[in-house]
Amino acid sequence: MMRTTPFHPRLEQLNHAHAWGNWSGYLSALKYDLSSKHEYFSVRNAAGFFDTSPLHKYWLRGPDAERFCSHVFARDVRALRPGRAQYQVWCDDAGFVLEDGVIFRTAADEFFLTAAEPNYGYLTSLARRYELDVVDATEDFASLAVQGPRSRDILRALTPDIDELRYFGLTHTKIGDTEVMVSRTGFSGDLGYELVIPADAALEVLDAIIAAGEPHLLRPYGEEALNMVRIEAGLPLLGKEFTSSRYAYTDAHRFTPDELGLGWLLKGIDDESRPFIGREAILRERATGSSRWRTVGVAIEWRDYYDLFASNGLLAVPDEIPVGWETMLYSAKGKRIGYATSFMYSPYAQRHIGIARVRPKFAEIGTEIQVEQTVNHEYLNVRGHVTGLPFFNPERKVA
Amino acid sequence: MADSHAYDVIVIGAGHNGLTNAAYLAKAGQRVLVLEQNSLVGGAAITEELRPGFQFTTFSYALSLLRPEIIAELDLVRYGFNPLYMRSHFAPMDNGDYLLLGPDDAVNRQEIARHSKADVDGMERFQHDTSRVRQFLRPLFDSIPPNVFSKDPQDADQVAWLLNHLGGADTKVIHDSVRLLTGSIKDFVDDYLESEIIKATICSAACVGIKLGPMSPGTGMNWLYLAMGEHDGHSGSWSFHKGGNGGFTQVLARAATAYGAEIRLNSAVSHLLTKHGEARGVVLRDGTEFRAPVVVSSLDPRRTFLQIADPRELPSDFVETIERFRFQGVSSKVNFALDGIPRYPALGDRTDHLLGFLNFAPTVEYMERAYDAAKYGWYSEHPYIDACIQSFMDPDMAPPGKHVMSCYVMYTPHELKSSTWAEQRENMADRVQATVNRFFPNFDDLVLQREVVTPDIIEERTGLSEGNIYAGEFFPHQMYFFRPAPGYSDYRTPIEGYYQCGSGTHPGGCVIGAPGRFASQQIIKDTRR
Repeated sequence: MMRTTPFHPRLEQLNHAHAWGNWSGYLSALKYDLSSKHEYFSVRNAAGFFDTSPLHKYWLRGPDAERFCSHVFARDVRALRPGRAQYQVWCDDAGFVLEDGVIFRTAADEFFLTAAEPNYGYLTSLARRYELDVVDATEDFASLAVQGPRSRDILRALTPDIDELRYFGLTHTKIGDTEVMVSRTGFSGDLGYELVIPADAALEVLDAIIAAGEPHLLRPYGEEALNMVRIEAGLPLLGKEFTSSRYAYTDAHRFTPDELGLGWLLKGIDDESRPFIGREAILRERATGSSRWRTVGVAIEWRDYYDLFASNGLLAVPDEIPVGWETMLYSAKGKRIGYATSFMYSPYAQRHIGIARVRPKFAEIGTEIQVEQTVNHEYLNVRGHVTGLPFFNPERKVA
Repeated sequence: MADSHAYDVIVIGAGHNGLTNAAYLAKAGQRVLVLEQNSLVGGAAITEELRPGFQFTTFSYALSLLRPEIIAELDLVRYGFNPLYMRSHFAPMDNGDYLLLGPDDAVNRQEIARHSKADVDGMERFQHDTSRVRQFLRPLFDSIPPNVFSKDPQDADQVAWLLNHLGGADTKVIHDSVRLLTGSIKDFVDDYLESEIIKATICSAACVGIKLGPMSPGTGMNWLYLAMGEHDGHSGSWSFHKGGNGGFTQVLARAATAYGAEIRLNSAVSHLLTKHGEARGVVLRDGTEFRAPVVVSSLDPRRTFLQIADPRELPSDFVETIERFRFQGVSSKVNFALDGIPRYPALGDRTDHLLGFLNFAPTVEYMERAYDAAKYGWYSEHPYIDACIQSFMDPDMAPPGKHVMSCYVMYTPHELKSSTWAEQRENMADRVQATVNRFFPNFDDLVLQREVVTPDIIEERTGLSEGNIYAGEFFPHQMYFFRPAPGYSDYRTPIEGYYQCGSGTHPGGCVIGAPGRFASQQIIKDTRR
């Protein structure tokens, strides 16, 4: 039986497209409007809200919470003060990424973790040697992302406490009579907030947000628009940019943080006092230079894309919906050098963009590449180049 | 002459074509000075805050024809280019029903079927046939017209290319092209469709900006011209730039400045300086002189050749062609600040129909009768209105909960018989407001302020002769290699070093940028010679 999230009664009314997908066994809107592009523009220009309730949520509580987290997670949580949040990855002993998520430090001895996949068994098995409780709170809370340039104006009307919230800051506040946890985090690459709301009060809070958002053109968005904005933001998605090493059959499906472009999380890895899982392997990878991939952005030259189709008698019609498969990449000389894991036409960047993995020697920004397209039932290449990430990064995101 | 006045190129007018031209030339390393008569850039593409928090798109109000090459070549995204998606197209009907087309083709079919089952596939055929025509004509649209009047061998190559392109086309596509280019839009749609509201919706789009009705030959061509636009590669679709079209010209100004062009505001040009039949610079109305070997006019042909240049320095047959070049503006704008959301009774509290153009033209006959008035020197009793509530796409256009609505209005001829626009302006706007109110009954109560822009005001404020929004009427004899005059469709003029880059040159009007871009190519080619 497919389940629904605490917001569902309202979301069902709002879903004019009747388009639902399955996210972790919950109904999750693919889009609400007939056009996910319309939702995309709402997030980019006004604000949108997205139901993230199917995320798995865990409390990690106890005197050993910090010691435990600094062992399990690749990024050092010791630097995380209470009232702050952190993007995280966790690895296996081979240094391959198991998963990513966001960890919130709610107190000196208490962390709150959100993750796309279930991790309760894994966390509890590791917790045995620590004085720590792992509590699965997935069902206790609904969660909602409010993202976009107007998100602050909307939430400020409900709780002025969020006004001063810094990027990746965290606060406990009230919306109406409901205690909520608000963090300045999100998956859009823009100014945005995420709210964790007790499940039984979820509808009330959502209705207050919708009412406050109305004059600001707040609109709901679904997974399609979410996918568009997160690609522009250069944010990796489990199942697209990587699979969990735990469930991979071959090393071709496993990646290290460095290979995923997440090496920046490993600041302080040389510090011997923190032997986190995968550290030895990652140090070995770095010492031997054995990274197989680099994660980069790719972009297609507009003119070449247009000409490719025109010269084959077709109209080039760019599609902002990310393609559902990997897009093969070649060097200027035609040698296979990697693949785009996500690829779309970006209405913001006004060209096709992608998140890609290429062999390290082709990773330099500006490197000319060839991107495979299917035209008239043939694989034909179009000229592109390597870019940095993210594609979309407005000042207001952190300002 | 002071050194500070030494430029390679002077561009007259900081409208979107002048700015595009300047940006390309500056990017190519030329020292460019842009002279603008007004206190802000943009020409007819400006946004003004006429009421605190309310942004009015005074004249031009939407984007589609802008050539995608320009976005890429000038790297406009870096300077803030941000075209917003128009989700829907709404046409109210006299009986309270409506046509609402949206982003989903299959849902649109259902909507069309409500009006006519036959029009479901009729519309598909119409769209397919016309997209083939667009595909066929696009290479002509997107290149400098070959000079068929020249004896130069290089021109002969271009003419041969043209003939080869025409000769290589599919017979049906050629025939459809001629049907559209020479016929009336009504005749064309009659061959595909039967529903009045669907036909009226297409026909009204064919009449924008020209002094013709849907039953007049020539409207097919105008429809095709406007359908050459796109948003994100989707042919014929429109977008709304963040901050209005004034937001777009600000992007162009930032780009031009970043590439090194200098923009000087409040600098109305009086006339061209020449020596030995060659351009040498310009003189402002206040007497200031600026020198450069190349001067580019983005003004319309009448101003470029009969006002800025001295007609005595031009061939008399050329002057005669320019003198009879038709303008005859028929467009007005009435822009509203609104206290809330206009409601369409049949749609209750819904707002998804307000996310694009609102097209007030319920029948083809309504359009034709609206045009009839203009033939006899008067404005329509029941005007055609192409409206857009831009604050539904861009929250920064109005304070939260408030809205701005742009109403493009036809037909309002520049010359009124036995009256003036000063006398008729408010009456015309009353008719517009009454028309909107007839379909949206709460509209009158929402109006906080209105701005009325008639052809005389368009002419006075933007310099567009007779207020023609295309800088010259779209007639076959004023298009392609006849625009603005035979032998001068290559952005050059009879005066050496004097160029034209406005919408009075190929391809023509709208916020398109192509004239500015092509002129820059011609100038760069000539200066390297």
